[in-house]
Amino acid sequence: MTALPLILTVFVACAVEAIEALTIVLAAGLTREWRSTFQGMAAALVVLAAIVAALGPTITLLPLTALRLAVGALLAIFGLQWLRKAILRATGYKSLHDEASAYLREVAAAKAAAPSSRGRVHDWYAFTLAFKGVLLEGLEVVFIVITFGANQRNVGAAVIGAAAAVLVVAVTGIAVRAPLAKVPENAMKFAVGIMLTSFGIFWGAEGAGVAWPGNDAALLVLVPVVALVALCYTVLLRRPQGVRPASAPTSASASASEEVSSS
Amino acid sequence: MRRLKSIGAFWYDFVVGDDWRVAVVVVAALALTALLVHAAGVNAWWLLPACVFAALGWSLRRATRS
Repeated sequence: MTALPLILTVFVACAVEAIEALTIVLAAGLTREWRSTFQGMAAALVVLAAIVAALGPTITLLPLTALRLAVGALLAIFGLQWLRKAILRATGYKSLHDEASAYLREVAAAKAAAPSSRGRVHDWYAFTLAFKGVLLEGLEVVFIVITFGANQRNVGAAVIGAAAAVLVVAVTGIAVRAPLAKVPENAMKFAVGIMLTSFGIFWGAEGAGVAWPGNDAALLVLVPVVALVALCYTVLLRRPQGVRPASAPTSASASASEEVSSS
Repeated sequence: MRRLKSIGAFWYDFVVGDDWRVAVVVVAALALTALLVHAAGVNAWWLLPACVFAALGWSLRRATRS
């Protein structure tokens, strides 16, 4: 596999996570104060960079077969989790992820929180909100970068894909100064679930000793087949029109971690 | 101890998520694939995709019925 599919897959997966992190950062920055928000964001980015720097080179030292087995299993489980949620959203059994309403929840919680400062951090609430949001969303990015990069023995290309996604989302967010609610996030999550599951199946089976018919070209069949199966389940399970999906939580006290867990 | 528990719970939720049965099926399918390949000499490339699709359908059915 060349670096381009790797970069594109990581780019789309990371863009979804970056959009969710941006919503939390904007809520903290625009409602509370930017300095503490940037401090929280920077602290989280340092932690994430340290994790990549520590785990990336270590993981690539593992034998490729063992790595593919372990990473394939993790990716398949992780990808199925995404795909399951995406299908439940598409069929109406789970409410669609809505950045605009997520933003409003975060803003309401940020406005209600009492101000307090600690050390060099002027607004502790803004700091922790940004730190938690960026760290938790970023962990998924780190997971994808390390698993995809290590398996392809090209962590650098995966980092490029992730960095490009974060950059594009950050620049767009700064330009519009609002959550990116118009991005087809749910469709992107569906696509990412398909990619993660497909790569998980491919690498996991290879790690177990399987020789795929057509070698790497098998992925060109596997990805559409996984997509087709997911679409079939979506059509089969689609709720009849008029049946309303479960509504999104409206509590103003929804926290960043709750936001992450619903992603 | 409480902190360790919450870290464990976070990673469990992060990787496994809402339905642990899916994770069990994936791990079991991989073990069975390795067994078929190495012990029986069968190139069972079809087994993992079949199990994954079945696990997804089973999990979705459970979720939509509850």
